[in-house]
Amino acid sequence: MDINALFECLASASCVVTQASTGLIVGALLFLVAAGLTLIFGVLKVINFAHGSFYMLGAYVALTAYRTTESYLIATLAAGLGVAFFAVVFERFFMRKVYGTDVLMQLLVCYAFILILDDAVKIIWGAEFQSLGMPEAFQRPPLMIGGGIIPVFYLYLMLAAALIAALLWFVLTKTRLGKVVRAAAHNPTMTSLLGINTSLVYAAVFALGGLLAGLAGGLAAPVRSMSPGMGFSILIESFIVTVIGGMGSVSGALLGALLIGMLRSFGSIGFPLFVEGIMFLGMGLVLILKPSGLLGKEPR
Amino acid sequence: MKPQGMRRDLLWALIALLLIGLLPVLVKSPIVIDFVIRLAAFGIFATSLNLLVGYGGMVSFGHAMFFGGGAYAFALALQKLSWSIPAAMLVAIVFSALLAFVVGAICVRLKEIYFSFLSLAFQMLLHSIIITWTSLTGGDQGLMGGIPRPPILGLNLADPQHLYAFAATLAVLCLLLMRYVLQSPYGFTLRMVRDNPERARFLGINVWRVKLYAFMLAGVFASLGGVVMALFVSGAFPDFAYWSMSGEAVFMIMMGGIHVFLGPLLGAGLLLMFNDVITRTTEYHGLALGVVVLLFALGFRKGVLDFVLQQWQRRSASSS
Repeated sequence: MDINALFECLASASCVVTQASTGLIVGALLFLVAAGLTLIFGVLKVINFAHGSFYMLGAYVALTAYRTTESYLIATLAAGLGVAFFAVVFERFFMRKVYGTDVLMQLLVCYAFILILDDAVKIIWGAEFQSLGMPEAFQRPPLMIGGGIIPVFYLYLMLAAALIAALLWFVLTKTRLGKVVRAAAHNPTMTSLLGINTSLVYAAVFALGGLLAGLAGGLAAPVRSMSPGMGFSILIESFIVTVIGGMGSVSGALLGALLIGMLRSFGSIGFPLFVEGIMFLGMGLVLILKPSGLLGKEPR
Repeated sequence: MKPQGMRRDLLWALIALLLIGLLPVLVKSPIVIDFVIRLAAFGIFATSLNLLVGYGGMVSFGHAMFFGGGAYAFALALQKLSWSIPAAMLVAIVFSALLAFVVGAICVRLKEIYFSFLSLAFQMLLHSIIITWTSLTGGDQGLMGGIPRPPILGLNLADPQHLYAFAATLAVLCLLLMRYVLQSPYGFTLRMVRDNPERARFLGINVWRVKLYAFMLAGVFASLGGVVMALFVSGAFPDFAYWSMSGEAVFMIMMGGIHVFLGPLLGAGLLLMFNDVITRTTEYHGLALGVVVLLFALGFRKGVLDFVLQQWQRRSASSS
């Protein structure tokens, strides 16, 4: 533990800029994963423990798509759409069968998928660490702001995440689909009485969650090394984000993700071993003081 | 009011002890001995979790904090203080009871999934402390150098045969005690709080206190599971208090069944067996285990003994 190193960093502009940009991309990726998790919970009242594996799958699909097409944009889209498709299959044939049973059954089905997907990745892509490498378009000198170094790809990632967040906000608040989703989250029985096929809505929500996690995986691929099991740590962190922000709240997920991103990046300087401890401490405090989360609605 | 069916349970315990005594005479395999020791540790651990999940309706995701905490408290008392085994066990019990009191007092107020996540948070906090406090715990390397195992009642616990006898007897005793608690008036109050807390409150029952006692009891028994594990591996490791350990216990009780007392023990045995067999036969351990779990979850839709119980009840209902 080296708290002084943290204070030294905070005193220098270059260190703050570098760390803040790292924190922002960690937060951006975390937001994309957690947003799907929180949406699925908000609408279906189901916790998708396999969500981290969706992210992993996205990264690996992006890897293969990039190697075959050599286009990073296509690779990212393929990751998003591929995982969205997988999420629908997962929902239709497996998760749907355990709706309404207790949370432990859902946990069990998801855990089975975590195990199966990790090994499937091992069989298809190998157990060793892999990397997509930096796509050519981003192989430029990094930007220098206030003495801090920001790789070009970081900016792209932040912009892409911001764009996706804006689109998500637009879809949820301004479109018919968004209204239906929010209505189903609010009162599923009433929604289905009004002639809306809620079963279809559930599949759509899973598709949306899968799309977001897949895109996150694709966006993470150039800056994170891939390995089977990479879904685990992001799963735990997106749980923390979801709980801190409020389960079911997308804006809460954004706030929580940015908080955790910054904590991760600055904490790794001052107290690398206790970063996880602080995250769980934060989650515990939120649960004790305001169980519905920072931006969550009080349960009715 | 006396606990129900205690005479029958005592008889079962005696039969179990008899079998435990006979087993090493009949089977000379060290693999079986090892298996029973691990089964004892996880059987106590899983059954203690089921006090919360099956009987208390509290789904804890952080139960390994007591398994790990108990293992560390026990091992540290032996290693740093050179206390005797019973004294060290007492340290583990007192430590986990205090921990469960503090954590439980905060946690058991919360409902459903929020309780689950808060218990997880506390467990991971303990795990972080174990990892960070290197001077005491050895950090992520675990408590190295082995722990001394002073003889107890003429048993030398470094000898697998002796450890087997000790662990298996302890497991039978712990299970019997838990059964006793569950069949006592308190046990039935706990079930009522699980099924209908409103009504329980209406009858003047302090729901929070009933739940807190269950949390503490479960914590104390889980720590004894940790004690057996610490003796088995001669040390304590941060993984004992990691969330995956809690996950494994949840897994065990779901596999064996949560509405039959011996369900978790069966689940522990099944999971340990699957793990052993699968690890030996394939390198794709997760794939095989995942498929098995999926079959359980979507096929039975409940634990094995719960399934048997349901079938049996259905049959007796249709025959009468």
